[in-house]
This record gives sequence, C-alpha cells and structure tokens, in this order.
Amino acid sequence: MSHPSTYKPGTGIEKWLDKRLPIIRMGYDSFVDFPTPKNLNYWWTFGGILAVCLVIQIITGIILAMHYTPHTSMAFDSVEHIMRDVNYGWLIRYVHSNGASMFFLAVYIHMFRGLYYGSYKEPREMPWILGVVIFLLMMATAFFGYVLVWGQMSFWGATVITNLFGAIPLIGDDIRTLLWGGFSVDNPTLNRFFSLHYLLPFAIFGVVGLHIWAFHIPGNNNPSGVEIKDVKKDTVPFHPYYTVKDGFAIVVFLILFAAFVFFNPNALGHADNYIEANPLVTPPSIVPEWYLLPFYAMLRAITFDIFFIPAKLGGVITMFSSILVLFVLPWLDTSKVRSMRYRPIARMWFILFVIACIALGYLGGKPAEGNYVLFAQIATAYYFAFFLIILPLLGLLETPKPLPKSIAESVLKNKADASAGAQPAPAE
Amino acid sequence: MKFIAIARTLAFAAAALIAGAASAEASGGTAKHPEHQHWHFSGPFGTYDKDALQRGFQVYEAVCANCHGLELVAFRNLGQKGGPFYLESCPAGVPDNIDCSNPNDNPIVKAIAANYKYKVVDGPDDSGDMFDREALPSDRIPGPYANEQMARAANNNALPPDLSLITKARHGGADYIYSLLVGFEEAPSTINIAPTQHYNPYFHGDLSQNLKPEFIDEHGHPREGIEVPVGGVLAMAPPLSDGMIEYGDDSPQTVEQYARDVTEFLMWAAEPKMEARKSLGVMSMIYLFILAAILYWSYRKVWSKVDH
Repeated sequence: MSHPSTYKPGTGIEKWLDKRLPIIRMGYDSFVDFPTPKNLNYWWTFGGILAVCLVIQIITGIILAMHYTPHTSMAFDSVEHIMRDVNYGWLIRYVHSNGASMFFLAVYIHMFRGLYYGSYKEPREMPWILGVVIFLLMMATAFFGYVLVWGQMSFWGATVITNLFGAIPLIGDDIRTLLWGGFSVDNPTLNRFFSLHYLLPFAIFGVVGLHIWAFHIPGNNNPSGVEIKDVKKDTVPFHPYYTVKDGFAIVVFLILFAAFVFFNPNALGHADNYIEANPLVTPPSIVPEWYLLPFYAMLRAITFDIFFIPAKLGGVITMFSSILVLFVLPWLDTSKVRSMRYRPIARMWFILFVIACIALGYLGGKPAEGNYVLFAQIATAYYFAFFLIILPLLGLLETPKPLPKSIAESVLKNKADASAGAQPAPAE
Repeated sequence: MKFIAIARTLAFAAAALIAGAASAEASGGTAKHPEHQHWHFSGPFGTYDKDALQRGFQVYEAVCANCHGLELVAFRNLGQKGGPFYLESCPAGVPDNIDCSNPNDNPIVKAIAANYKYKVVDGPDDSGDMFDREALPSDRIPGPYANEQMARAANNNALPPDLSLITKARHGGADYIYSLLVGFEEAPSTINIAPTQHYNPYFHGDLSQNLKPEFIDEHGHPREGIEVPVGGVLAMAPPLSDGMIEYGDDSPQTVEQYARDVTEFLMWAAEPKMEARKSLGVMSMIYLFILAAILYWSYRKVWSKVDH
C-alpha cells in the first residue's frame, strides 16, 4: 500500500543516486519496508513462485536460443543436439520444457486464489486485469514454444490452433495466412513463432512489473478480505517476514519442479513430439499440452450451430470468451465481501467451479465423442454460468457471515479458535 | 498448385478435428497394454546395465540395423560416460599417453567404428567424387539406406523408423518396445492380412477392415459373437529368433533376452545423459531439502513474535 518512505540513503553513492534516480528507494519501499498484511497464508506465496518461474524460463530460454536452429529441416535435430552434445543441454532443455508446466501450475493456483479471496474486487481491478493479460501472453508464449520443437505434436498443434483463426468471418483467412507466412504451417511460420517466442516473455516481464505496481497501490488483499486499518497492528514489513516465507515456499515448489526435471522429465509431454514433424502424416490424436486442455475442451464442446454461427466459430468464440469473461469479472461479482471465508454459499459454488475446470482439463485430453462431449458441454456451461449468473446473483441473495473488524482481530480470533480446538473438552 | 492443394487438405483435416468430428482415436483402434518390465534404468537411482547395453548394441548392429537407422547417435557416444563402451582407464597394451576415457581415443569404439557393417559416405574428393570410407568415432552411425525412397523401395513401401528416439516416441516407452519385439503372433483366424504384413497385438491398429467376409454382416459390422482382434499389423516381420546372435557372455540367447537387451540399448540411445541426470538430481534434491529445512526454521524464528 502507499506509505511514507522510510528509506535512509546510507552511503555517499546512495545519497547521490537518491537525488537523481531514486531507484533504490523504490526497491526499498516496495520489497523491503512494504507493509504487508500479517495473515497471508501459503496461497499467497505463488506470486513469488511465479516470478521465479518467469526468470527461470527467460534464462534457460536465452541459453537454448544460442543452440537452437529455427528451420524446418534442422529444428528437431538442433533440439536433439542440445540434448546430446551441448554441455548440460539436457538439463537446460528439460528445465525449460518442464518449467512451462510448472509456470502454468503456479499461475492456475494463483488465479484460483484470487477468485476465492476476491482479490479482483475494488480497488484491485487493475492487478486482476493485468494478470489476465499476463495469462493470455503466457498461453501464446507457451504455444509458440511448443511449436519450436518441431515434433509431430508441435506441427499438428500449430496447424489446429492457427486454423482456429480461419473461423473468424471475413478476415479469418487473411489472419491465418499472416500467421503462417504462407499457405500452411511451414518454415516462415516456424521463424515468426521463434521470433515471437523470444519477444513475448519480455512483454510478460513488463506487464508483471505493472501488475506488482498496481497491487502495491492498495496493498495486498488478504485471507480475511478486510482492508488494512492500522499499519502497526495489521501488517509486517515485507522483509524479512515474507521474503523468508516466500523463500521457503519457493524451495518447496522447486523440489516438485526438480522431481520432474531429474526423474521424470517427459511425464508431462507427449510421446508423438519425439517424432519429427511430418506434414503428410497426421497423428492418431492431436492434443495440446495439459495446461491448455480445459480451453481445448471448451473449443470442442460446441458441436452445434447457434443460429447463424457455425459450430466451429462457436467453439472459437466460446474458447476466447472463457478468458475474456475474466476481464469483466470485477464488475460481474456484485458481492462487496471479498473473501469466500465469509461467503459459505459462494464457497460451495467456487469448489464446484474448480471441479469443472479440472474436469474440462480431463475431457480436453479425451476424444471428442459420446459422453465426453456431453460432459464437456455441461462443464463449459457451468464455467460461464459461474461468472455470468451465479456470482452476480449471489452477491444480491447471499447473507455473508459477519466480517472481522480488522486483520488483527481476524488473526486473534483464528488463534483463539485453534487453541480452543486443541484443548481437551471440559469435563461434564 | 500441388502445394495449395496440400495446404487445403491440411486445413480441412484440422477443421474436421476442430469441428468435433471423430478423431482417429475415436474411430476405433486398439492394442494390448504393454507388458510391464522391471528395468535396470527404472526409478530415481536406476542406471544402465553396461553389459546389457553392449549386448543390445550387438543385437542392434546384427539385426535392427538391417532396416533401421540410428542417425542421432555417433560412435563416440558409445564411449562417453554412461555409454556401453565407456572406459575409465585404458586396457593393457595401449600407450601411456592415450586417455581412453575420451571417446575418440577409446580403442573399442575406434574398432567398432572401423569395422561397422556400413561405410560412411564422404567427399567430395579432389576429383569431385563422393567415396566410401571406414567410420571414425566422430561419425554418426551410418544407416542402411541413403534416403527415404531407397528405404521404401526395399520394404514394400513401408518406412522403417529411425530408432534414435524410439523408446521416447512411443506410448509405453521401453515396455512397449520390448512387448512389440516379443509379441508377434500368428494372425487370428478371423482376419485376412496381406502377405507382407505381420500381426502383433501390441501394435496400435484397427483391424475391423481386415475381418474375413464371412464374419461381417450386410451393414459391414462384425457378426454377433465376432470380436475385432486387438492390435494391428505392421510391415516388420518378427525380427528376433532364439539363438540367432552369439553372445560373448553366458546370457541366454533367447528372443526375450535379445529384446530386453536391445530395448535397454535403445533407451540409452534415446536418453544417453540419463545417468548424469539422475545423479545430479539426487544431489539437487538433497540440497533443496536442506535449504527448505533451513528456510522453514528461519521462517519459524522470524515469525515467532508475530501473531498471524
């Protein structure tokens, strides 16, 4: 939150710099002395985890780019060259490929946390909207990156996804040609995807800066959803309290990360992507990486025309709308209570929403036939109903539980509850 | 024009997929689940069995290499750390100034390369001609065919896949490769297959079109009580038979043993840095667990005076 700066430039260099470009002051006020609610739980550590993920991806990616060749006849072999002949190339490549999965795992938890605790609500609409922008950029970056490997799934995934744009009326064909740089996924496509895959992470980096700036204006939300009343009683300085807590969580996350990289590096990938791309052979089933499966399920759930909208276009609209709806979420949710701790009914709908998202992920990996399609349609319908019907109505209908007066009070109450529960029941 | 036609076909195929039309997986197609094997390289501490790798290379050269290439693997890889013929120190009789842990100086690797069943095409020479020469450790292992056309011409138009990544490029991995190699069977009596095809229950396929006419009703469906056999047909004949390769050690010379050894070798070919990966992984894990413990302790200490 905005607070008076307590930075005292110590050395001569700091004093000199502070008058001209107070960048150390900015860092100090934002990441050292920043007043942070003292009740943040482990769900709040995923912001730091995501920052680490982004840095890991950028560093490993830059090194991979030094050894990679973006040409259809050499791309696949250059990846294998990295795996076999570059010193520790196997490590860098496996960190990068599994890093994408870890990045998405963390971002999904981060987004669900924001949903549950109402972190998107006034006055934190901007961090939420910027977060959705980051998420979109991440999906584009991950998709471009997956194509660079130039395996069968890279090629056919690229063909399927770029063809989606062909469904757009009037300009669809032109957009698709522009994406391809020709008339099918080919060398120009690979070249521009490489260029964009290198560009977008830096765009993400910039938007992450805005995202942090934006939530540092009102300050962090917290599990009680109650605003900071008294900086002394309700907050602790970010350092050392949250540097150490985030640090611990980051290392625990890295243990999971390392388990994949070192002991099962291909578990999250698809076997077909170890076959070099071949435009003349279609794989038995084309599926995206796991983190895009929920959206793929929604895309394929629309198997019927809606009035004048053909099914294919309907699927594309549905898929993109599933993300666009997040932009307006702050205005769809009518409840003034942020945290679902105090909204027992909303909490049940939220749990159902998480289940629907996981179900969509599962269904996205299944063939689009029979009951799989039906379930995907139900889950898709619920996904949209949650945002467009349930959250708007619940805010008007639901009676929330009484809110604590302050963060400090909510902490004391939790502590009292916990110790009461721990004590033996009084004898009758 | 042909280019545009291909592009159209691609676009159409993709569009069909997107529209939710049945994917190939949906149109049927089955295979028997690969037999689970215990591998020396399984698990976080698993390593390659060097003897098995050496025997596996022998099987590859004697049998597989007649049709399949291994183009991502160089002879020098055979002598690198974790490879089948890695030497820590030189055998007797090698001059002192030679470091046999360097794959390019490894005498076994040099001999394998020089005596390999295929020569390397090099050139052009001073008169502009290409020429064949003995392979060097630095060469990639030469394959049986100069190009795809030659490979297809020799195999009834089927293309034997390169084996460098085969254990990672198939669902089921090493278990699948092993199962396929030992799983060839007499084709079930309900199906017709071409003389150039071979039935294997582990090979993913769709045999509904192969049912003999007497088992199909007028709608083209299998008659009552008739099941379409699981598995598929492939152009590869059963490649292994008992006793076909003479092992230098006393390992059994059976199809199962050949298949196990060559699968282990192909796993190594696909993942030659696995041992380095796992040992670095163990160190990383120990480091991370210690760091996590220290950070958790610091966290408890730092927060001990704060109600939260």
